[in-house]
Amino acid sequence: MDKIGVYLCKGCDLSACLDLSALAKVASGEMKAASCKSAEALCSPEGRALIEQDLAGASIDGVVIAACSPRAKPEAFAFGEHVLVERVNLREQVAWCSKPQDEDTQMLAEDYLRMGIVKARKSLIPVPYKSESFSFKLMVVGGGVTGVTAALEASRAGYEVILIEQESTLGGLSKTLYRQLPMATPFRQLETPAVVALIEQLGQRPNVEVLCNTVITQVTGEPGNFGVTLSSNGQERTLTVGTFVMATGAKPYDAAKLTQYGYGASPDVITNHQFEQMAKEGALVRPSNGKPINSVLFIQCAGSRDAEHLPYCSTYCCGTTLKQARYVRELRPEANAFIIYKDMRTPGLAESFYREMQDDQRLFLTKGEVQAVRSENGALLVEVGKTLLNDDLAITVDLVVLAVGLVPNGADVLKLKYRQGEALPTLRYDFPDSHFICFPYETRRTGIYAAGAIRAPMTVAASIDDARGAALKAIQCLEMTSRGEAVHPRSGDKSYTELYLSRCTSCKRCTEECPFGAFDEDEKGTPKPNPARCRRCGICMGACPERIISFKNYSIDAIGSMIKELEVPEEDEEKPRILVLACENDAYPAIDMAGQHKLQLSAFVRIIPVRCLGSVNTVWIKDALSKGWDGILQLGCKPGDDYQCHFIRGSELMQTRGENLKEVLTKMSLESERIRTEFVEVSDWERIPAIINEFSEQIVAMGANPFKGM
Amino acid sequence: MDKKTILVVGAGISGITTAIEAAEVGHEVVLVERLPYLGGRVAQLGRYFPKLCPPYCGLEINFRRIKNNPRVQVHTSTELVSIRGDRGAYTVELLQKPQYVNDRCTACGACVEVCPVTRDDDFNYGLTTTKAIYLPHEMAYPYRYAIDTSVCMKLECKKCVDACAYRAIDFSRQDQRFEVKVHSVVLATGWTPYDATKIENLRYGSYRNVITNVQMERLLAANGPHQGLILRPSDAKAPESIAFVQCAGSRDDNHLPYCSTVCCLASMKHALEYRERNPQGKAFIFYIDLRAMGRNEDVLSRVKADENIVLIKGKVARIDEEPCGSLVVEAEDILSGLKRKEKVGMVVLATGMTPNLPALDKVVVDEFGFFNAEAVEEGIFAAGCDKAPLDVSSALKDATGMALKAIQG
Repeated sequence: MDKIGVYLCKGCDLSACLDLSALAKVASGEMKAASCKSAEALCSPEGRALIEQDLAGASIDGVVIAACSPRAKPEAFAFGEHVLVERVNLREQVAWCSKPQDEDTQMLAEDYLRMGIVKARKSLIPVPYKSESFSFKLMVVGGGVTGVTAALEASRAGYEVILIEQESTLGGLSKTLYRQLPMATPFRQLETPAVVALIEQLGQRPNVEVLCNTVITQVTGEPGNFGVTLSSNGQERTLTVGTFVMATGAKPYDAAKLTQYGYGASPDVITNHQFEQMAKEGALVRPSNGKPINSVLFIQCAGSRDAEHLPYCSTYCCGTTLKQARYVRELRPEANAFIIYKDMRTPGLAESFYREMQDDQRLFLTKGEVQAVRSENGALLVEVGKTLLNDDLAITVDLVVLAVGLVPNGADVLKLKYRQGEALPTLRYDFPDSHFICFPYETRRTGIYAAGAIRAPMTVAASIDDARGAALKAIQCLEMTSRGEAVHPRSGDKSYTELYLSRCTSCKRCTEECPFGAFDEDEKGTPKPNPARCRRCGICMGACPERIISFKNYSIDAIGSMIKELEVPEEDEEKPRILVLACENDAYPAIDMAGQHKLQLSAFVRIIPVRCLGSVNTVWIKDALSKGWDGILQLGCKPGDDYQCHFIRGSELMQTRGENLKEVLTKMSLESERIRTEFVEVSDWERIPAIINEFSEQIVAMGANPFKGM
Repeated sequence: MDKKTILVVGAGISGITTAIEAAEVGHEVVLVERLPYLGGRVAQLGRYFPKLCPPYCGLEINFRRIKNNPRVQVHTSTELVSIRGDRGAYTVELLQKPQYVNDRCTACGACVEVCPVTRDDDFNYGLTTTKAIYLPHEMAYPYRYAIDTSVCMKLECKKCVDACAYRAIDFSRQDQRFEVKVHSVVLATGWTPYDATKIENLRYGSYRNVITNVQMERLLAANGPHQGLILRPSDAKAPESIAFVQCAGSRDDNHLPYCSTVCCLASMKHALEYRERNPQGKAFIFYIDLRAMGRNEDVLSRVKADENIVLIKGKVARIDEEPCGSLVVEAEDILSGLKRKEKVGMVVLATGMTPNLPALDKVVVDEFGFFNAEAVEEGIFAAGCDKAPLDVSSALKDATGMALKAIQG
């Protein structure tokens, strides 16, 4: 943008804190802005009118608003998508956190203004990415209750769906059920498995194609344009779809590993899935002799909540066992049933069914630990310790049922022809999700949404809920991608990576480090971008040693120029300069909120928001240090197992890139302490002054960067 | 795509989710919220389990999505009055309470300095006070001040009007009724903590150091009463030990017969956070069952690994207060069969959730007051805790699914 109009706000303490006429001189004089105006409150209708007038007169094509944080009042400064707006944060990050009418505060504000103008000049309005062909079709992978629901619900919203299932019929695990737990008020009666009716309804949808006996042999492309090769009964078929819902479900934990409960040793020790089958067939009998059972004992958490097997809780087993105890009452009214549990987990309204079952006189429930299951005189003897009766128990029964957990299934069935491998990347316990609290359907493959038991163990009712949500996300991805917008977490962003490939050295950093596998590679290792897979984090931009990756409104050049634009005071002025690269997601808001609390920050720091710490390119740091900046502080989100990085790996990558930074410092003979990385949370505003000011003091103590003035 | 307009009532995490998810598909959304700001109960939480991360992080993303999306029309201080018509063509009447602070407000804070009236801060569940004009919280969206009309002296005082340089305060504003035509309605009106004073034996309201789990959330929060320090109400000192009373009024025929799903994990999280901040402190959790579903089991594993968090299976029968403010908690330890008494510095009652659904003909509820989806016409949906007590992750997954239901047909 060439014709930049600069607008200075006088409100919210700015005019009391700063010399605005000196700021105006920086804008119009030194920085040669097309115009510089001020108003009492730029966000007021009058202030806005001033800017709109200039835009209408076409005297400017970009707007720099020097006022409050970009997080405040965005609606007041939105002038349509054809007007570039750059916000200079003089309120939260200057006036509210610095000494008023002070030389250093004034210098801080002037530097921010310079940086804002440079950024605006170096930015372009993004042109949305549109692929040549676009498919609005959804593919649902897996025909269990989750997949069937996702297909049905997406089709009801008017989208064409292809549902594929590797087995010969739909229904998955839930078709093996005799009855299901209540899903509706009053939550006391067992129901016919929902999947039966759902399959029937699906069959009546005109816009759904169901392919059984079908597997995927290859997926290429990107959202809106995935090329899929299917194999159905040996026949290959290729087609294009726009998005995927992954509903490949879960499988029961392998009971063969549970020898401590006698599984395998006695045919009368079976799993809850085998018991379900037996109930469905209408006869509760002992597998060893085919005689009807007179007693049964259910062992909860068989291989679950167990560090040796599945450390997590599988959620469905407590309810399922209560349901199966009801089968006993229906099919063998005189039989006794025992349930040995660690904790009875029937959360929410499922408690009603538990209470109902507690009235069953022949059902005996106790907390306890099963110590052994032995065959004795043709029956099974179960030894239970640590019971509620404060006694060890020995219970003789005809049948033992192990309530086994669920193991996610099928993260690898998509056969993605991606540079980073064919499976969906998984996290702890092999669940293929990325932000399971706030954004549960997100995977690390754009346009592919996980639903149901593949992403967390869950009941039928929860799977149905989950399927709807994932279907919505898949539909949303289609619509957003078709408009050239990014999906989560930079939803709506129309910028995307552009590569200047003639300077690419095929080092493969970008193709390896993109957390979302957005790049493929040709034979020579040259990246092949798939813009619709891009989440716009800029991690590739941070990775690229040749600096050939950029966005229209976020680039190495733009940030680098902001850093290089600033004058670094001479050593004898005793005004060190510290560059703070702050993740815009959590660190930057935390700094804003420190300002809101009027916590004072060193006026020697210059804060630049970055899309992710992973987008920080070493060259910025190198440039800053060679220009005489005294220290670099990087503020990002927590990495590790409980990461808070919005792009999963950004802050983790920044740590590994620390090696490159050390090299930079060694080459320049600078102390390694001049660069520091801290992980902060959005609510860490109380910590911000300590982090910034301590670092600032440490830099002062260390003495000036010898490159100053060179 | 056939563009529709949907109404979302309630802007807690469920309502925000339904609204923004539908809007990003490309539909128009009218999002109404009873309070002057968005975020609901989630904005008041200190941490999310199981990652023990701050809720502000997710809210920041969601608010950014809403701010940048012209298809979401937000009405704060607004309530649903009536729904007429049928699916595809509902006429909804809304009532907006006077917004004495309008969008000229810059949140500069000059008004607060002159306001002479204080009030209990409901954001902190009464643990602190604010002025009658107040910023609801650090990340309030819309980012502007609000006035508690129940205590403000309005034109009799009008000090804030004079102090405001932006003419943002206007006491002449009246109730505004307006109608919108929508394709469907999603209720996401959320929940209220069960009234702990009703559980008489647990002495909430009479012993100052007996607090509720939602108050504990505020103590944990960086913007809570003590900036995240866990200090007890009677003397603002760090309690040397805390007892957590699970199922306080839950799974109980005299109160709430159902389980509120989140309280076990909330208390485990509280105990872990308390222990982290008070390495000498000791926590006791009195429970019936420890319900840490799915991978939340990791939280329980962490609790079990801490020898200073004691898990006792048993229901608390009584609590007595000592002159120093400390409390003696009495329960039967079911596993040992023995009576157990523990003297602690503070007691946290894990109270449950009660639904907040509006009393409208078209909205049918179950025996506990939750939305009875089977009995309500297609076209009116409920999301999140309107349906059942849910944790954040389950509520927003349900809310995402309801966005799909709302745009169908």
